[in-house]
Amino acid sequence: MLANETTLNRTPLYDLHVALGGKMVPFAGYEMPVQYAPGVLREHLHTRSSAGLFDVSHMGQIVLRAKSGKVEDAAIALERLVPQDILALAPGRQRYAQFTNDAGGLLDDLMVANFGDHLFLVVNAACKAADEAHLRDHLSETCVIEPLANRALIALQGPEAESVLTKFCAEAPSMRFMDAGPHRVAGYDCFVSRSGYTGEDGFELSVPADEVEDLAKQLLADGNVLPIGLGARDSLRLEAGLCLYGHDIDVTTTPVEAALEWSVQKSRRKGGARAGGFPGADRILAQFETGAPRRRVGLKPEGRAPVREGAPLFADATSSEQVGTVTSGGFGPSLNGPVAMGYLPSALAAVGTQVFAEVRSQRLPCRVSPTPFVPNTYKR
Amino acid sequence: MTTLYTSDHEWLRIDGDVATIGITDYAQSQLGDVVFVELPKVGRTLKKAEPSAVVESVKAASDVYAPISGEVIEVNEAIVSEPALVNSDAGDKAWFFKLRIADQSELGGLMDEAAYKAHTA
Repeated sequence: MLANETTLNRTPLYDLHVALGGKMVPFAGYEMPVQYAPGVLREHLHTRSSAGLFDVSHMGQIVLRAKSGKVEDAAIALERLVPQDILALAPGRQRYAQFTNDAGGLLDDLMVANFGDHLFLVVNAACKAADEAHLRDHLSETCVIEPLANRALIALQGPEAESVLTKFCAEAPSMRFMDAGPHRVAGYDCFVSRSGYTGEDGFELSVPADEVEDLAKQLLADGNVLPIGLGARDSLRLEAGLCLYGHDIDVTTTPVEAALEWSVQKSRRKGGARAGGFPGADRILAQFETGAPRRRVGLKPEGRAPVREGAPLFADATSSEQVGTVTSGGFGPSLNGPVAMGYLPSALAAVGTQVFAEVRSQRLPCRVSPTPFVPNTYKR
Repeated sequence: MTTLYTSDHEWLRIDGDVATIGITDYAQSQLGDVVFVELPKVGRTLKKAEPSAVVESVKAASDVYAPISGEVIEVNEAIVSEPALVNSDAGDKAWFFKLRIADQSELGGLMDEAAYKAHTA
């Protein structure tokens, strides 16, 4: 995709980012702040110790409503496209899901919330047009698909997120991890979920586009809150062991290969009440039985050098046969060291296995590690 | 001693036939927090424009190219053990390596401080 400045979109918070000193870069067709004056390192550490505010308005927000008016019918319909149990998702709850293709690969990953009479979906920016078309192609007969173009999305993340949000939304402390629903925040009609992409406790807020700047300013006026750019968003999610679509997961990776089995409920697996019935079910459910040939793993380089996306992986220090590839990697500020994830043959995927990443013609030893690298602090 | 600059944001302090080489304050500010530095081995002969060192921030890795040809006679281990020094003192304590200058004529293509200031303005 050739995006230049004349074709890039801006979120409703663009002017605020610039006023706050954000360094704007192209990302998924948008001009987004990669960092502010404190820099990626301090923004990352501040989010883990206090609270950070992220603009994620580039992501897609879609309402899925059954023509029958029953949320159960929208859930049953969506289950034709995802391997998750949506029918059992209670009102006011949210769940992680993936759109699969006929080969069992992943078209996108998303959040699905039950808002009582409809479903609310949050999808990746780079995939949102394709996701919308995918939903229309397959579900239009029974559902209305309504992209919410006039809503911004912000995330407040970190140990102080609850205390900050409580000043604007008295119900915030009563929410637990993955609760989601409409709430008034500073008087604005928001959709609030207790979730995020940092491994920290926190909230995501869908806000009417013309009100988000005022709300963001009110949140930033709290001394605990700093604006955080995409650079720290990436290092935070990497330490939390969370996948980035287009890097750690894509059309070539199945949920089993991607180590996302936890996200596929028993009801959709072999022997379950609504087993299969989603694209690629044969391949994915077979992999649940027999295992996958390769697997996404956490990798901890043993030295100080960061091992980055694309680095080839080898079983030992000398062999010429590449066995895998790093899909995300960099420096973890909270770990104060390099951290990565990538794919390895299942035989080499056990925690503790030593493999080698090739960086600038050197073989660097890495250890297969459990994820998250930094323990998450969700309020369950 | 004269200080010269490259358009790739390196500085060279020339003392006879030895050049001490680092990256400029402008370069470190563009990189952001430096978290890893890799330096050439002492004794290695570098050709002008050859990748000679690596600086990495949280976000990305960047090559440092040899601004002139020469033999590496000393490297600054302090920035390997404390990469943040590159951010706090790029122009002095965070020098990268010293080269025995192979060809003095290569210095002719470099900028003086006034020219470099204009280059980054």
